[in-house]
Amino acid sequence: MLELLWLIPILPLAGAALNGCLGRNPSKTVVTVINVGAPLFSLLLALGCLWEYAQHVSPDAFQRIYYAWTTGSSLHIDVGFLLDPLSAVMLFVVTFVGFWIHVYSVGYMGHDEGYRRYFAYLNLFMGAMLLLILGNNYVVMFVGWEGVGLCSYLLIGFYYDQPFPPYAGKKAFIVNRIGDFAFLIGMFALVAHFGTLQYTELFPRIAAQPGLVTGPYALGLTLAGFIALCFFVGAMGKSAQIPLYVWLPDAMAGPTPVSALIHAATMVTAGVYMVVRTNVIYQLAPGISQFVAVIGAVTAIFAASIALVQTDIKKVLAYSTVSQLGYMFLAAGLGAYSAAVFHLGTHAFFKALLFLGSGSVIHAMGGEQDMTKMGGLKKQLPKTYRTFWIGALAIAGIPPLAGFFSKDEILHAAAANGQWLLWLVGLITAGLTAFYMFRAVHLTFEGKFRGTHEQEHHLHESPAVMTVPLWILAAGAVVSGFVGVPKLLSLGRDLNWIHHWLEPVIAVPQGLEAGEHNIGAGLEILLVIIAVAVAAGGILLARSFYGGDKGTAKDREWASRFSGLYTLLANKYYVDEIYDRGIVRPLAALSTFFWKIVDVLLIDGTVNTAASTARVAGEVGRFTTTGNVRNYALYFFVGVILLFLWLIL
Amino acid sequence: MSVPIHWYLLLAAAMFCIGAAGALTRRNGISIFLSIELMLNAANLTLVAYSRLLDVRTGQLVVFFVLAVAAAEAAVGLALFIAVFRQRHTIDLNRINLMRW
Repeated sequence: MLELLWLIPILPLAGAALNGCLGRNPSKTVVTVINVGAPLFSLLLALGCLWEYAQHVSPDAFQRIYYAWTTGSSLHIDVGFLLDPLSAVMLFVVTFVGFWIHVYSVGYMGHDEGYRRYFAYLNLFMGAMLLLILGNNYVVMFVGWEGVGLCSYLLIGFYYDQPFPPYAGKKAFIVNRIGDFAFLIGMFALVAHFGTLQYTELFPRIAAQPGLVTGPYALGLTLAGFIALCFFVGAMGKSAQIPLYVWLPDAMAGPTPVSALIHAATMVTAGVYMVVRTNVIYQLAPGISQFVAVIGAVTAIFAASIALVQTDIKKVLAYSTVSQLGYMFLAAGLGAYSAAVFHLGTHAFFKALLFLGSGSVIHAMGGEQDMTKMGGLKKQLPKTYRTFWIGALAIAGIPPLAGFFSKDEILHAAAANGQWLLWLVGLITAGLTAFYMFRAVHLTFEGKFRGTHEQEHHLHESPAVMTVPLWILAAGAVVSGFVGVPKLLSLGRDLNWIHHWLEPVIAVPQGLEAGEHNIGAGLEILLVIIAVAVAAGGILLARSFYGGDKGTAKDREWASRFSGLYTLLANKYYVDEIYDRGIVRPLAALSTFFWKIVDVLLIDGTVNTAASTARVAGEVGRFTTTGNVRNYALYFFVGVILLFLWLIL
Repeated sequence: MSVPIHWYLLLAAAMFCIGAAGALTRRNGISIFLSIELMLNAANLTLVAYSRLLDVRTGQLVVFFVLAVAAAEAAVGLALFIAVFRQRHTIDLNRINLMRW
């Protein structure tokens, strides 16, 4: 079974290709069979591979090299796949969540004209994402990395006949390019010093000889610091961290299942995956790791505060995603790599669930996304309501749902490292998360309906093809936390399965074998209780503000009482405007300058002048070429005489 | 008593000028050919004269080459003129402008 690993990314890619070969107007059934079948087989194969891989538990990863991509004296790149504990976790999350979102899309996109195009992109995305996580070196990862970026662009701009989606797609692509550039620089630095980008060669070498990367390099950093910084900038773009997060909220212009799959569960976590993959370098660059943690924490609280006042249900979830990704980077920066991957996995379940739930709501509302026009939907959409509620509880961190365990592990990591400020930021973020999620729950599902009569008339629960994935993901959001039960809550037994599973991936560089940080059991219990209390407090506060029939009254009240702060939040701290004024417009002006002055006037002018000079010379000179031999004889004769005179005189 | 060298040179110069003038002014291809032959022979004359004066054989040797080249040139040139004449019924060089732009 493991030998079939290569088929897992190939199947969806083949599905996308086959989709293009179906002729002009294939029936929806054919498209559905091919493009949902491909991820299904990928999922089954992945489960088979994971089962077999888990059977012989050994620290050795399963690696197969399929062919040499490029061979040079100082650089050799193979195309190969690697199944190790880290990619195993990712493989499960991506194929599982991905498949169920495909199923959901059959219902959600059922009436869309672009049904076939949508599934082609979605399959292409799955293929690229699987390439990203299964690649055994950074170049294969980068191919997948760019592939998912392309699919993200295509799917954000899916509704290309409207003005905003294509703009949002472009924005996502361009902002990602900034990060990709840094990622490439980091890879170049690695190639220059090690001549390889293959994980299994690179990491053991660095771990065995940390001296290789701790010497001073560029920008006042060590080599490890430089590479870590470059890679983190790459991750900032892909995983929407400050300052490159601005594309993600706009990415909500795409179809909702896309937001669930690409912009919540899988693609945006690629940056986290990459940082965890590179953990040996991050461990040797403590300064940059601290920077990662701080950026993560700031992003988490920053995005959560914006989510507090958004009225678009998808925007709330988008900022929530940015915030949760910040959480993951907080964990990675603190060195709690397994906690980062754990939160990545649980987040994939409950955030995909929340997005699909919001999709179900939007579907019922006929495309309406504004929560101020919703309300009371729990009567008409009972299944969506219940699953959404489970998802909200999970993300809020209420035990024993998934979010509680993964968030707790991150907060515990902050406390154990003595980073109390980061811990506090994480805690406040957790409270904000609980608050805005339940604000969304109350505004959407509770109280009275605030939309039009026509919308109310059309309200309907989604078909089974959409609600079944909701229930599956809800089950995931409930149970996926149990793979990482902290020692404290498992009555002395060690049940933190995910931690042990990922242990072989977390390198132990020479001289860094620090023991586990420990805080007293009493303090740990206290911290857990505080975290749960804050989450519960957020939920209750949201209930008292928005519960019952209050609707959006509280929002209006806050808007008038703290108008400055409220406008600041509602306008997302004006970051888009600042970027527009500070970067986009000067850049556009500079480009116009280079276009109109440098290019058209200087470069084109020079070239055109040279060309026209030659042409004029030709126009004049051609009259000497009469074609009459006697004229030529005369020229010749005169030339000879002149030569003669020159020789004599 | 021998003929002084400058007689030869003056004769050769006169022949060369006549040839050059003919080559530049005549329109008939055959006449131009004749003029060119005249110029070549003027050159030959100087070569032979100097050869005699300086008592070296090289000059006379070169003359044979010139004669051979002139003969070959005449053969090719006349063949060309015949070909052109068959096409255009004239060898007036003013009316043959195949090489014009």
